[in-house]
Amino acid sequence: MAIEVEENRRDFLILTTSAFGVAGVAAAAWPFIRSWSPSADVLAQATTEVDISTLQKGQMITVPWQGKPVFILHRTPEMIAMALKGDGESLPDPAKDADRVKRPELLVLLAICTHLGCVPQPIGTGSYGGFLCPCHGSHYDTSGRIRQGPAPRNLEVPYYDFKNPTTLVIGKALG
Amino acid sequence: MSKIMEWIDARLPVTELIKSQATEYPTPKNLNYWWNFGSLALMVLIIMIATGLFLAMHYKPDALLAFNSVEHIMRDVNYGWLLRYMHANGATFFFIAVYIHILRGMYYGSYRAPREILWWIGIVIFFMLMGTAFMGYVLPWGQMSYWGAAVITNLMSAIPVVGEDLVVWIWGGFSVADPTLNRFFVLHFLLPLLVVGVVVVHLWALHAVHSNNPVGIDVHEGKDTLPFHPYFTIKDLYGMGVFLIIYCYFVFFAPNAFLEADNYIPADPMKTPAHIVPEWYFLPFYAILRSIDFLGAFSKLAGVIAMVASIAILFILPFLDRSPVRSFRYRPLSKQLFWLFVVNAIILGWVGYNPPDASLFHGAIPLILIGRTCTAIYFGYFVLLWLITALNIEKPRPVPKSL
Repeated sequence: MAIEVEENRRDFLILTTSAFGVAGVAAAAWPFIRSWSPSADVLAQATTEVDISTLQKGQMITVPWQGKPVFILHRTPEMIAMALKGDGESLPDPAKDADRVKRPELLVLLAICTHLGCVPQPIGTGSYGGFLCPCHGSHYDTSGRIRQGPAPRNLEVPYYDFKNPTTLVIGKALG
Repeated sequence: MSKIMEWIDARLPVTELIKSQATEYPTPKNLNYWWNFGSLALMVLIIMIATGLFLAMHYKPDALLAFNSVEHIMRDVNYGWLLRYMHANGATFFFIAVYIHILRGMYYGSYRAPREILWWIGIVIFFMLMGTAFMGYVLPWGQMSYWGAAVITNLMSAIPVVGEDLVVWIWGGFSVADPTLNRFFVLHFLLPLLVVGVVVVHLWALHAVHSNNPVGIDVHEGKDTLPFHPYFTIKDLYGMGVFLIIYCYFVFFAPNAFLEADNYIPADPMKTPAHIVPEWYFLPFYAILRSIDFLGAFSKLAGVIAMVASIAILFILPFLDRSPVRSFRYRPLSKQLFWLFVVNAIILGWVGYNPPDASLFHGAIPLILIGRTCTAIYFGYFVLLWLITALNIEKPRPVPKSL
């Protein structure tokens, strides 16, 4: 009987010691795992300021934001009309054009294909007057909505705001 | 000399190890040339580590410097061009050796009991090699490097819930960038050294159960075997000579035959090349990935699962094959299935090489249909092999009692 008690005590000690050991290893591993996450200087590139005063009607520029390309397109009335026409059609990823822009003439898109991350080609390359992703043939319309091809979602609209009427700020400063 | 060896052997039995595991190691006397590719793969591994080590002394894993440092190696470093072409073509020849090695195992039933663990360790090595090759291809930081890395790392985003965060963690940022390149360089350096360790375990497992042979029966030591040296050392060396001649042809006369021209354009995160192709050795799996496109929102995840499963299925191959006979030499149906599998894999590679919306005969047969059919045949091999052996549909021919 006494021996059995001893064994139980020992079992308990081995169990708790092992548990603490595993927890300790996990805690020690955390800094190593976290070291792979974006570092402070990478996070500091959270915003990009763009002067849009010289952007002409129908003109599109590509600016880098967090190392990724962003399309800024000054849409013509025809492009806007095509986008609004798309509102009424059945879309793979339904969205209203009005919800994707802050000013109807200004379209801001994260130029990363939602399929496997390629950069679509500029405005006017795809069917529906929009953007064609060359990698696997996804067509986006003049609102950046997916219309045809393997991409599952619309091109993302990044968070942006106007610092003043001619300066666009893409992204949100962290912290 | 013998006095010194005696002194050493009393403390560390070196002579005994060399005798039992190398020179006098009993080897089936009927091993054919398909059995050369294990030692050939090991030879290429040594070439890769040697050239890689010296390339690393000139290469700079920095997004701003990497591309130019590779050109520096090509133009300025003494024999840098040779080291780099040996390394780049070495990857191709590594996969040639490893694919033949795996197919040899599949044909002669080398995965069957008691060699399952040996087989599994081999698959683990294969996975590690694919990871190493992928990360190595990123290092020159050309357009194909960059966009290959972007597409392949983006595959992880298909994983439900954690996928998006996982990709950011792997990148160390919000896109493939300097932190990604830096860590891929370190991993590309580390993984081959781990591969060496796993190869040692692979050889340990081999020497525990001994080599299979073309007849596929258990051998009687002495009657059916020969000492490894000189019979198989000479055979391995001969194979190495032939293999190296072909390898050197490419290194010296067609060094860019397996490389993509687009990768001599520096990486541009703002512009994707019109047609992204992986290295040839990934093409069949890339084709399988792209063939799953008919499941709507689940296509991406399903494609990734199918691609991983196409290799992981090899793990259960020892249990799928229920035949009483190991070697396909005596299994008429399995033999036909095997060759169908090989031809099918080559067609898959060709599908993977072409743009996804390509077609045959001016649109009459879209390539995507061929890709789907070949994907079905690829997995069908494993199902059919199980069916014809589990239900005794295949009647094996008589097998010799000894070699």
